[in-house]
Amino acid sequence: MTRTRSSESDEDSSPTTTGGGGGRGRTEMRVIVPLQGVVQGRGGLVLGSVIPCALFYLLQLYFKRHRSEPTPPPQTLTEVSELNRSLSRTHLSPRGSSAPACVSTRANSIVKSSDSPFYVGLKRVSEDPYDELSNPEGVIQLGLAENKLSLDLARDWLAETAKDSILSGGGSSGPLSMAGIANYQASDGLVELKVAVAGFMSQVMERSISFNPSQIVLTAGATPAIEILSFCLADTGNAFLVPTPYYPSFDRDLKWRTGVEIIPVPCRSADNFNLSISALDLAFDQGKKRGLKVRGIVISNPSNPVGNLLNRETIYTLVDFAREKNIHIISNEIFAGSTHGSEEFVSMAEIIDSEDLDRDRVHIVYGLSKDLCLPGFKVGVIYSSNENVLAAAKKLSRFSSISAPTQCLVISMLSDIRFIQKFIQTNRERLQRMYTKFVAGLKQLGIECMRSSGGFYCWADMRGLIRSYSEKGELELWNKLLNIAKINVTPGSSCHCIEPGWFHCCFTTLTEQDISVVMERIRKNNITFFLGFGCYSDTIKSSSHVPLQLFCFSPSYFFSLVP
Amino acid sequence: MNHSRSRRNPTREPDFPTVKPPSPGGSSSGGAGAAMRLIVPLQGVVQGRGGLILGSIIPGALYYFFQLYLKRCRSAKPNSNPPSPSSSSAQLADLSRSSSRSNLSSRGSVGPVRVSARANSIAKPNASPYYIGLEMASEDPYDRFDNPDGIMQLGLSENRLSLDLIETWILENLERSMIGGADGHLNISGIATYQPLDGMMEMKIAVAGFMSQVMGTTVSFDPSRLVLTSGATPAIETLCFCLADQGNAFLVPTPYYPGFDRDMKWRTGVELIPVHCRSSDNFALSVTALDQAFNQARKRGQKVRGILISNPSNPIGNMLNKETLYSLLDFAREKNIHIISDEIFAGSTYGSEEFVSMAEILESEDFDKNRVHIIYGLSKDLSLPGFRVGVIYSFNTSVLAAAKKLARFSSVSAPTQRILISMLSDTRFIQRYIETTRERIKKMYVAFAAGLKQLGIECTKSSAGLYCWADMSGLIRPYNEKGELELWDKLLKIGKINITPGSACHCIEPGWFRCCFTMLAEEDIPVVIKRIQRVVET
Repeated sequence: MTRTRSSESDEDSSPTTTGGGGGRGRTEMRVIVPLQGVVQGRGGLVLGSVIPCALFYLLQLYFKRHRSEPTPPPQTLTEVSELNRSLSRTHLSPRGSSAPACVSTRANSIVKSSDSPFYVGLKRVSEDPYDELSNPEGVIQLGLAENKLSLDLARDWLAETAKDSILSGGGSSGPLSMAGIANYQASDGLVELKVAVAGFMSQVMERSISFNPSQIVLTAGATPAIEILSFCLADTGNAFLVPTPYYPSFDRDLKWRTGVEIIPVPCRSADNFNLSISALDLAFDQGKKRGLKVRGIVISNPSNPVGNLLNRETIYTLVDFAREKNIHIISNEIFAGSTHGSEEFVSMAEIIDSEDLDRDRVHIVYGLSKDLCLPGFKVGVIYSSNENVLAAAKKLSRFSSISAPTQCLVISMLSDIRFIQKFIQTNRERLQRMYTKFVAGLKQLGIECMRSSGGFYCWADMRGLIRSYSEKGELELWNKLLNIAKINVTPGSSCHCIEPGWFHCCFTTLTEQDISVVMERIRKNNITFFLGFGCYSDTIKSSSHVPLQLFCFSPSYFFSLVP
Repeated sequence: MNHSRSRRNPTREPDFPTVKPPSPGGSSSGGAGAAMRLIVPLQGVVQGRGGLILGSIIPGALYYFFQLYLKRCRSAKPNSNPPSPSSSSAQLADLSRSSSRSNLSSRGSVGPVRVSARANSIAKPNASPYYIGLEMASEDPYDRFDNPDGIMQLGLSENRLSLDLIETWILENLERSMIGGADGHLNISGIATYQPLDGMMEMKIAVAGFMSQVMGTTVSFDPSRLVLTSGATPAIETLCFCLADQGNAFLVPTPYYPGFDRDMKWRTGVELIPVHCRSSDNFALSVTALDQAFNQARKRGQKVRGILISNPSNPIGNMLNKETLYSLLDFAREKNIHIISDEIFAGSTYGSEEFVSMAEILESEDFDKNRVHIIYGLSKDLSLPGFRVGVIYSFNTSVLAAAKKLARFSSVSAPTQRILISMLSDTRFIQRYIETTRERIKKMYVAFAAGLKQLGIECTKSSAGLYCWADMSGLIRPYNEKGELELWDKLLKIGKINITPGSACHCIEPGWFRCCFTMLAEEDIPVVIKRIQRVVET
């Protein structure tokens, strides 16, 4: 090793050798001499950082190995396993919880993965859900993007037609066909359902895009749709660029079983959380430098949790970017029909329709959980023009097919054009009304929301309410909202938002009366907040420039002043 | 090399305006004094005083990193237009828009965007005769009246013998089960809204009850150990994800269900090691063969994480007796591996033999329960494959915890759960259904096996499943896989019947075929026999 090193440094006339030239006199120092250059910073950035780091890492590894030697893995030798038979029980007790037959590393990491506040909150609500009459002290759910505003429409329809639609196999007035629901069906969905879903998608997106049913793969919910696309587009160790803040479950759907990485692309409040290509570009380069192969971009449009839409120009730049880097785009458009603003929604499907070159790289995820308010039905959609992706996804749909009775039910529901038309319209109106009310309610408390025009939620700016402007402060507020005020919102950190103090509040699981309850709870929470933390005034005084005496006024006065 | 490096450095500088200054600054500040500290131990290394590992790893690592560095410099070279991250995004986008097309064409072969390597291997057309046959039969299905020249499906293990019972029940009860209570008020939030991903509790209780009822013994299944999935297929895959890592392996006695090659391997990256069973043992599993396969795998450096058995076995239809189950458990304990027991045909028995579930053994004796996991589903025993309900039953809390979280990728839809909850809770109906179905399977089995016997085709003695395992080794010309596939091809294309050749099930002896007879009506049996005869005689 030393020889090759030295001969190289003799022949080359590189910065390294000039660095080492000074110490050429002492022969046994050959290895050391270039390092001296490194230590003194003359060896360039890479040599200067990588080598010491590597050395340190290896040293650590060496120590670790030595330390872990006393407990060798039990499954190496037959003698050891012979021993196991008698010892296994005693082995069990000291180890405690861990079973002797160990599960896979990936299962272990899934089990151990600490639940983010998003999941902690959801669990907390499910244990103690608010109910106006039976449990008025329960936790109010603002963390789950579920639309209960138009359930009554779905209920009326189902009560009338459910039986017939299942028994007729989805046809409007066909004869009873048990075979259509009991037997094995195509795992990627019945053709009739694909046709119906394609029609629904065109209807919802309100434009002249037509979706080709043969480019649809149906899955048991949008969650497996995303996972299947991740499997199809990236291999283990590859990466996707995902603009933050993003939907917390992407960390599970895109990564868990696929072994794919997510590279966050931060969006900032200064840009209204809009996606910037330069940030994408930077993230792409950094990924490449880390040795990660970037295989695509995952965007949500309308975005979740912010609720803004991508305009046509951004979409075109995105496609250009993807073409330049030769990567894929997964466009999650599950909220496409749940818009409540005046802005127009532009689907990626228009790209698939128009530009020939890029159709292969654009894949759309859709589902009926949001726009048809039927998350319990578990119907997800992959829409792609890439033949390979479609072929693979069709085969992979064996792991998440939709049950046939549900398919029949949905076929006849979606084929009822009059009902669907009315549903979409009514649902939008209700969404709009709730959004306006909820945002107005927050505004009265001094909490501003990002202007948004899609989704079941608003992205609320509570930066003024957190004690320290950091993730810790944010989580403190979240914790207080959950445990004292008993409302579950999703903190921005769960969505990987880099700015603390933003919260994701879903308002569609509420009734209109509930809004005032929520506002009241936030208001009360903040009173206790300011009374309980006398020291807080000092923090405020030093961090913001609000005169202390303002806090002597009534809380409502204070709230009008919170930025 | 060095040129490129020195060229690189300046271009990188604007990249890390904040990162770069500290690192040389930090190290150079301690350069004079601290440098020697670092060197002195290395001196020991070079002179061989630092121990074997330090003395070899560190120079090795240095050399490795040096190589890596050189390689990086080299690979950076052809990429001659590094995307300069300018702050003006609009300008950049404009630039790329115009230059991108030329970029694409110059790259040539890369052309269209590629999918992942795993998707590529999955997207390839079907190679297994099992899937080819299924596809052909579905394109041109036999119907006594509409398409009498179509292909008869004997390749899919689906039970259509008792659909009439299900139909009657659904006609009578669907409304009640979906709409709910007697007041006719539809509980919409029980159907439309988000439900627990691993199945509703009521559904788990109903399924656990059904499993006890079907298995005909006194085993009781604990609903809290159930995870429901959308079919047994994802149940198997989920278990595979939970028990093995990429590159690990499972021992699987052959012949086995062709779908395992997809369910166990595709996305998990797990390998299957076949453990051959032979006709001379009536295809019964021997522990010595298991042991051998285990040792061979270990020699190859493969880590075996478990055994996957089907009980009743698919495609043979025999069952594992208590003794074999005990020795399997012993084997698993000895090797410290898991057992996945696929018991999806548990209720579809027609012989005099009694089915023994792994759960029963574990309950009666003091075995290590943590390593046993049972797969079940309603596709076979309740003849409802379209409903897509699979079950993972495990005693291992870690596996359950992981499987519950993974159930997000394959949940059963709520309306289906509602229907099934009330169907399975109707124990009188279920009892009658189980009994009638068993009688009908038995009758079909007897008629079908007798028909084959007329042609001189014997079946192995079986007592469960929706199929028989027929010995056609006398009918194949060269006695090898090629001869078997020729016969299969002739049966499919000339005889127009689709059966599964043993090679699709990884059977090492050629000439065996799996024939599912529960898709047929009784009147179809003579047609099948006649068609086989026609092929055999030509």
